[in-house]
Amino acid sequence: MTGEGIPDEMVDARVEKIRKDAEDGGYILNPDPAFVRALVAGICINEQRYGYAACPCRLASGNRGEDLDIICPCDYRDSDLNDYGACYCALYVSAGVAAGTIQAPCVPERRPARQERKKMSEGSAHVSRKESMPVWRCRVCGYLCARENPPLVCPICKASQDRFVRFM
Amino acid sequence: MQMEHVKGRRRGEIILYALSTCGWCAKTKNLLGELGVEYSYTYVDRLSPAEMEDAIREVEKYNPSGSFPTLVIDGSRVIVGFREAEIREALK
Ligand code: SF4
Repeated sequence: MTGEGIPDEMVDARVEKIRKDAEDGGYILNPDPAFVRALVAGICINEQRYGYAACPCRLASGNRGEDLDIICPCDYRDSDLNDYGACYCALYVSAGVAAGTIQAPCVPERRPARQERKKMSEGSAHVSRKESMPVWRCRVCGYLCARENPPLVCPICKASQDRFVRFM
Repeated sequence: MQMEHVKGRRRGEIILYALSTCGWCAKTKNLLGELGVEYSYTYVDRLSPAEMEDAIREVEKYNPSGSFPTLVIDGSRVIVGFREAEIREALK
């Protein structure tokens, strides 16, 4: 049982689900199983506490609408994987970090601070500008995605990031 | 605000703002334990709503992004995140 009464089996099942989803999508979990388990226990606790699987390393508000960006996997995961080789919590890591050739870095918080988020939710123009993203095409399977950078691994055919070309 | 005190070697007023669910907060707390320093900590996610708001404001004062872990030494030196080398250096 975790400190907040989540049964061990529930955490184990969640770890397996997250691991399977990660592998299916070409993502890699942190190579330290105890670290992964503790984070996943945190996700289970948050789900019980708030009703949604908020990021264990961020303080959730309890209002799902305000926290959509930090429901795990969060909006910032792939950008942090791209720039630092790990998500903010380091639940997800790059191949280099997983292999131990690169040390998991201390990822700075990319989520805007509380005051900025408040301003952003008041002025929706700001938000729509953020949503115009380049489109990337996987040259191997044709998968298209609109995001800052192509994924480290194509979620469809598992081709590496350098096999993507800018499409739009 | 509710703070837990951990006894140890006195290296100034050390306060750790943490989340009970966060992996880097746990690593920071373990490191403070290993260094054997005296410190206070609070799990902000476990505070009552009023205390939580006070704690968030305090964290934001030292660390405008309001992220965790935030470690404050003597009300002046602030270390955000599990920056192991920096924490060891500051508390040696
Ligand atoms: S930082 Fe990692 S663990 Fe936290 S919500 Fe994002 S993907 Fe999940």
